[in-house]
Amino acid sequence: MSYLRRYWLSVVAILVSGVVFLLPFAFIVLTAFKDQKQSALRDFSWPDGNYLWSNIVEVVTTRNWMLLTAFINSTILTVASVTLLVIFAAMVGFVLQRRKTRFNGLIEFLILAGLMIPPAVVPTIWLLQGIGLFGKLHGMVLIEVAYGLPFSIILYRAFIATIPRELDEAAIIDGARPFDVFFRVILPLLWPVTVTNIVVQSVAVFNDFTNPLYYLPGNANATVQLTLYNFQSQFQTSYNLLFTNIALITIPPLLVFLFFNRQIVAGMTAGAVKG
Amino acid sequence: MAVMTETGVAGAAPLPAMKRRSPYPGWFFLPAAIIYGILFLLPTVASLYFSLTRWNLFSSTFIGFDNFAQFLREPFLIKGLINTVIYALVTSGLKVVLGLLLAVLLTSQIRARGYLRSVVFFPVLVSTVGVGITFTVLMHPTQGMINEGLALLGIKGPGWLVDPNLALFSVALVDVWKGVGLATVIYIAGIVAIPKDYYEAARIDGATSFQNFLYITLPLCRPATVTVIILSFIGGLRTFDLIWAMTRGGPGFASDTVASVIYKQYQAGFYGLSTAGNVVLFILIAVLVVPLTMLLNRREGHE
Repeated sequence: MSYLRRYWLSVVAILVSGVVFLLPFAFIVLTAFKDQKQSALRDFSWPDGNYLWSNIVEVVTTRNWMLLTAFINSTILTVASVTLLVIFAAMVGFVLQRRKTRFNGLIEFLILAGLMIPPAVVPTIWLLQGIGLFGKLHGMVLIEVAYGLPFSIILYRAFIATIPRELDEAAIIDGARPFDVFFRVILPLLWPVTVTNIVVQSVAVFNDFTNPLYYLPGNANATVQLTLYNFQSQFQTSYNLLFTNIALITIPPLLVFLFFNRQIVAGMTAGAVKG
Repeated sequence: MAVMTETGVAGAAPLPAMKRRSPYPGWFFLPAAIIYGILFLLPTVASLYFSLTRWNLFSSTFIGFDNFAQFLREPFLIKGLINTVIYALVTSGLKVVLGLLLAVLLTSQIRARGYLRSVVFFPVLVSTVGVGITFTVLMHPTQGMINEGLALLGIKGPGWLVDPNLALFSVALVDVWKGVGLATVIYIAGIVAIPKDYYEAARIDGATSFQNFLYITLPLCRPATVTVIILSFIGGLRTFDLIWAMTRGGPGFASDTVASVIYKQYQAGFYGLSTAGNVVLFILIAVLVVPLTMLLNRREGHE
């Protein structure tokens, strides 16, 4: 491939990717800077003035500070469910990889089923109501854990296979209890895949729209994705506010992307290829 | 004598202790098994029963296969079924083709590779509802940025989301826009793993870059292809949030999928029918994905 051809290909690729992938984000940001009148035009233009701050204030205070509540809810939901996911999935991945029993086939089948089968919505609601967890944040945490387990277990099991068994045996000989073998010897060694798990699952839980829509109704329990949905009708004519909201809830994924790009790519490809 | 008793004691004592202290205790499964069993498996099994009932807020009555019969009789429910399959085929097909092309481009000696990979991948991490709302505005037939851009080129843009024949495909296109980054990244991982010797040998034999692609890259990144197809096909069949954010299944029922039907029937209080929708989706995934997986993996084994 000649140098000139390569050069032109690069230029074309940069231009096309800019138009296709960056322009929509530029549109979001520009609209967030506009006032209501200009944003109603829905065109790609430079803002007449800087209304970003007043837009943010209005979006955040709307409906009794709903967006703030939602950010708190989403943070609690994400932190709690990802913490539980990491610990429980690592425990399963460890024993599943190390101990071969006749149940392993069944467990692996259940994991694959969890990746494929869509959750049965109404029976789940019925069950949650039965045990008093419907519409409760801690119920939602457990739901996210249940739905995220198969993927996390697969990531962990693949990584644990690369850690030599001799390590467990050495710890046992030194008199460690099984609990300590796992939590003090193995778990710290799993740090790379734990980071991957944290990043991938945090993004998934934070961006989850469908499950909170079903299992976590009510304004007090709104998560950030639901605020967008609720504001969609309310802000029908205030595109500046709608897009300010979109810009605000895009910040956490953007930060994750900037700091953990490599882990997230590694996790998604590893999990995908092995799953 | 003394030696014998000592070894006897030493040999007997650790055995029960070892058995008690298996380094891989079964109770490690418990927390995950309880949560997964109660919140995922139990409702899934229960759905098999409830899909056979007329079920509302107050009671459920057993009615046999009426819900499923209704699913196959009502035109708007069948429409949802067909749409789901079309949507899954279109999105996974486009993701395979575009993902592979982008991956080949981004593993070649092109400039700004890091920037291009980031730009293509970032939409994967963004909120689906946010993307849906943004593109609903951009796809507005007269005031949307896409059609205004096309008008500059002298093309009259279609009514992306308001044309009943086009709405489903417009949503599918946005799905591809958001998801192609993941396909690309999986393909990049596959292509990078191909040993360089093959290309070296091909270069000595005077192969063109197109021949390289056709005879080396394409067959050797087959595992990546299998992954991308299955992942995006399952995702396509289950898709809900993007369709709901963009069209709510409209105009009319033109872009309804099984997942949006499930939500609509749930909202309307037809819990039995909604649950039957869940079972239909489950069967659809099993019937399409299991043979697909077997087919793809078998061909791989033959090569």
